[in-house]
Amino acid sequence: MSEAVKNLIIKGHEIVEDDWLVLRLAEPVDGAPKHDPATVAVPEGKFIVPLSLWLVQRELLAARAAAGEIGVWIASDERPEALKDDLSKIALIAVDFPKFTDGRGYSIAYNLRTRLGWTGELRAIGDVLRDQLFSMRRVGFNAYATRPDRSIHDALKGLSDFSETYQASVDQKVPLFRRHARNVGVGAGTNNDGFGI
Amino acid sequence: MYQYDQYDHLIVRERIAQYRDQVRRRLSDELTEAEFLPLRLQNGLYMQRHAYMLRIAVPYGLLASKQMRMFAQIARKYDRGYGHFTTRQNIQFNWIELEQTPDILADLASVEMHAIQTSGNCIRNTTSDPFAGVAADEIIDPRPYAEVLRQWSTFHPEFIALPRKFKVAINGAVEDRAAIAVHDIGLTVVRNDAGEIGFKFMAGGGMGRTPILGSVIRDFLPWQHLLTYTEAVMRVYNQYGRRDNKYKARIKILLKAIGVEEFTRQVEAEWADLKDGPETLTVEEMQRVIDYFQPPAYKQLDDSDVVAAHAGNKAFANWVNRNVKPHKQPGYAAVVLSLKKTGVPPGDATAEQMDFMADLADRYSFGELRVTHEQNIILADVEQSQLYTLWEQIKAKGLATPNIGLLTDMICCPGGDFCSLANAKSLPIAAAIAERFDNIDFQHDIGEIELNISGCINACGHHHVGSIGVLGVDKDGSEWYQVSIGGAQGNNAAIGKIIGPSFSALQMPEVIGRLLQVYVRDRYEGESFADCAQRLGVAPFKEFVYATPIVEAGRLVGEDEYV
Repeated sequence: MSEAVKNLIIKGHEIVEDDWLVLRLAEPVDGAPKHDPATVAVPEGKFIVPLSLWLVQRELLAARAAAGEIGVWIASDERPEALKDDLSKIALIAVDFPKFTDGRGYSIAYNLRTRLGWTGELRAIGDVLRDQLFSMRRVGFNAYATRPDRSIHDALKGLSDFSETYQASVDQKVPLFRRHARNVGVGAGTNNDGFGI
Repeated sequence: MYQYDQYDHLIVRERIAQYRDQVRRRLSDELTEAEFLPLRLQNGLYMQRHAYMLRIAVPYGLLASKQMRMFAQIARKYDRGYGHFTTRQNIQFNWIELEQTPDILADLASVEMHAIQTSGNCIRNTTSDPFAGVAADEIIDPRPYAEVLRQWSTFHPEFIALPRKFKVAINGAVEDRAAIAVHDIGLTVVRNDAGEIGFKFMAGGGMGRTPILGSVIRDFLPWQHLLTYTEAVMRVYNQYGRRDNKYKARIKILLKAIGVEEFTRQVEAEWADLKDGPETLTVEEMQRVIDYFQPPAYKQLDDSDVVAAHAGNKAFANWVNRNVKPHKQPGYAAVVLSLKKTGVPPGDATAEQMDFMADLADRYSFGELRVTHEQNIILADVEQSQLYTLWEQIKAKGLATPNIGLLTDMICCPGGDFCSLANAKSLPIAAAIAERFDNIDFQHDIGEIELNISGCINACGHHHVGSIGVLGVDKDGSEWYQVSIGGAQGNNAAIGKIIGPSFSALQMPEVIGRLLQVYVRDRYEGESFADCAQRLGVAPFKEFVYATPIVEAGRLVGEDEYV
């Protein structure tokens, strides 16, 4: 590739140019040996590499990672805890959505933010579409590589579908009932007999 | 009942705008059908055989009269003049145009209703005891907790693309009328020795291809932790539930695969991070929600013997005996309006009947109605002195069939006549059986029995927990029916056992007839069919049913012999 094509992604609420490339280990065809994450070479440039590759090549990639050229992506059937000792070494974490109907990525993102304390860029990659962006934002994503066959300008609108939500998540740590004094009921204050509190 | 405040209204309004735009993008092909499918499903919109079906949420089955009138209006304006009440206390309309669905939602929003998460791989409408708040055996009214769960689960960002659908039921009475054992999560409100309120927390129940009763994963969860603990269960399921096979994707399969102990351990580990966090319920929040469920302004009345007051009126006595239920408030009763008149598909109601039922609610029952999971409607707060007048009025509209809990009070899914998932038709089977056993004296003699019919293994007709369960199956492209007996819902929930090879549609009434003959022959005094079947096992029923060839003559055979 002589001239790098700049991709567009959404970061925060902005459409920006992006020079990261995602390295995917190709599925072997016709009985060929499986690509071994230990031996696949990461080309020059800024790459988001598979978790499996990172885990076996992290010493090899250490210098490039220190230079901010390495990110790691997590597949929907992998555990984010595998990265817990490496969070200071990598530039960004991506979570792959193999299909937009595979919701495991939401829990992976939630755990990365709340349990592992990841505060850097968390990027949704794969089958990333407008109608899922709002939920992705809520569970902690802050970058979205939307599917290239769809308008990214259209997708951006998905981030603002709702202005209020009931439950707590990463973006809003306090549920509605603790944030607002809500209307009281019709029979306000009569009694709690039979309700138990 | 609960009433929307500005936040509920705002969220529903923004939902309509979001969905309206999704429909627009589908119609202009900006969205493919594959991309639109999960979006419309999370709005209760299915593509059926003939048209779209729209399922509307009735939270825990509770309806205001203005909401019932809105159903009538929708039936007239957008459908063919009727609707179908479902086994999950919702309503669905079968002849809907996609282009009109955003307007239907706008109409619904005007009466504080929506169709959010009535389908799709997400947390569905929480169901509960249709007699909540009035049942004589109630310990704690479960509806405020159901409402809290409704709000928490609505558009929960992490749980919008679960491995499969997820159903929660909650019961607060001695008798379980919410079928909690066959739900993904089944909650019972209980009091511990110190008198504190909490939940017995079950998980992993379900019907479908692999019927399993739920397991208790916590004996007592203090009420404050309802949402955080549920969230822990959901997170474990979302991460580890199978996604490679839709028939193995429910939480019950995960529990079975890793065992209750390991599942519970994982939930507790997740919960350790959530416990006492911001989603912990406060007294103030529960107080706020409970205030919406205060009892109506009952009069001070005494109980009376309404049957004695109309001595000699056997039809009225039959109706009171079957369709009128005890009430915790003296002088009041709960009335079940039967949607199981012979000749009408179970659970169907016309727009005229809906308006009529709404009027009855305003006149006799503080303007509220409930939908039961047996697909009937309840007026929960009727003065006993009004029962006779009410009965005379509902008789004229076909809502007084005295069959609640009896053979013709069947649960039946829409089946192959409407549903594109079905292997076989279910409504004609229900109709043929209902016609054959229409005699109400015979039904009263048979007594409590649950006949549940599903057109396919998805088990919307709850066949696994029927005293008699009928399941439509496909054999080489033709429709057959597999029969099981001994299932039960409630406190003694059990999965029925299959009696043997399946039957043709026209054999079904005779098959039911033969099962009942064995029961009448072998029952103890006062023993129900389900108890009798559980005591005897399948053998005597199987032996008798298959003993001689069953002529394919359907309802034309032998009606008199049983009466």
